[in-house]
Amino acid sequence: MLAVVGTIPNPDFPLATGEVTLKGEHIYVEGHPAPVNRGTPALMAAAIKCLEVLGQPMPYGYLAGDIGLGDGSRRLYDHLVRHLPQSEFSTLTFHYLQPDVDWHNKVLFAMGQMRRRPILIADAGFMYAAKMSGLAADYDLFTPDAGELAFLADEEAPHPFYTRGFILHEDHNIPELIRRAYEHRNAARRLLVKGRIDYIARTEGVVATIDSPSEEAMEPIGGTGDTLTGILSALVCSGFDVDRAALLAARTNRIAGRLVSPTPMTQVAEIIARIPEALGQALEKS
Amino acid sequence: MLKFLKKKAESPAAAVRGVETGILVFENTSEVIRAENTLKAGGWSIRVKGPPPEIRTGCDLVIEFPLIEELAVLRELEKVGLQPLQTVPVTSPLLQPVDLFHVKDFGRFLMVRAANMKLTLDKQTSLLVNVSGGGCPDIPYLAQEMVGRKLDDAPQPREIGHTLCGYALQLAYEEIKRRCSPS
Repeated sequence: MLAVVGTIPNPDFPLATGEVTLKGEHIYVEGHPAPVNRGTPALMAAAIKCLEVLGQPMPYGYLAGDIGLGDGSRRLYDHLVRHLPQSEFSTLTFHYLQPDVDWHNKVLFAMGQMRRRPILIADAGFMYAAKMSGLAADYDLFTPDAGELAFLADEEAPHPFYTRGFILHEDHNIPELIRRAYEHRNAARRLLVKGRIDYIARTEGVVATIDSPSEEAMEPIGGTGDTLTGILSALVCSGFDVDRAALLAARTNRIAGRLVSPTPMTQVAEIIARIPEALGQALEKS
Repeated sequence: MLKFLKKKAESPAAAVRGVETGILVFENTSEVIRAENTLKAGGWSIRVKGPPPEIRTGCDLVIEFPLIEELAVLRELEKVGLQPLQTVPVTSPLLQPVDLFHVKDFGRFLMVRAANMKLTLDKQTSLLVNVSGGGCPDIPYLAQEMVGRKLDDAPQPREIGHTLCGYALQLAYEEIKRRCSPS
């Protein structure tokens, strides 16, 4: 089973855990709704769309409201530290959380106490904390975009906000940034780098690229990285090996984008609705 | 009494370049942003920087200021109810926030990226149409509050954001505003 840890951009959303369902443009956990138009709800909605196609159980969510003060993230961290050792998931995906190295390390320790180690995927704020902790190599997959990859490649930056200029200037040279991220042990075992061209990489370097279908307007659309991580998480927990899941996820996300004929003002909920069709097409071609 | 020290008119940036600087450490980034607004409005020559490694937690900003002005700075902050957790002399170079912008013109739409944050504007309608990137939890919240609003009516990230990603989005916002304001 897939579990996803993330926050909801609503200060009144309580700490809620359990099976997550999707109805229309809202996800629900413990009866609490959250619109899927951005962030972790977009990731969860994309994952659910894929899990439905693949006939898999719905994902488990660890969710809390947080608008950047870190209060919801800390409630989640505390809950995970107390409950993860008794839990069992095949895949665990971490998403929008306040980066906090101390809490990250406690959560990682708690995961080490699980009976079976899940496949670990980190994106967004938790990926930042994983890199800063120096324990990035403990993860199976990171899903950075070009700006975040530059941050992973900068061994001194504790957050993308501090990525040094001479490295940011290199963000068109993705293979070099990947090499540098691995050189300093700041990358997970696999990277799926999201961008105009998607790159799948491991320590030895780039293993695959995906560049079609290509829609330039996907870059400004908020949430397209979240949907990619959601699709990837669903495929990994459904038994696809990590490289193939990354390849299929990148294709599916691109096809779903193409299906809505996007413009820079397209909202990600429109793309999520087309994921089942896109996944079908991607599976046919693979 | 210390007023003569505080004004930046005489030697603007030079004041914080020497060795006599300190940093103000706050509970969270929201307080840093409030302190920055307060001190800049008061005319102090201060800069927002990254903290030294020994006090980093993961999503931090500090304010670098001329150490000799400590008392006056603390007094100014106290007036608005702000109290730094600590004041630390700077003994090694601090991290510089990103200052590079990537701009992409889609014709009708303009996208500006600062660090890991992208903000896109519809030039015809002045509506903010998308916020993309980022990893801190205020980004989905900022997107929710800003997207669909006119550039001049939307809340600024520095008003309702709380994290470094929010701060980066503010830089993108300012750059888009600079590019789209009538000169």
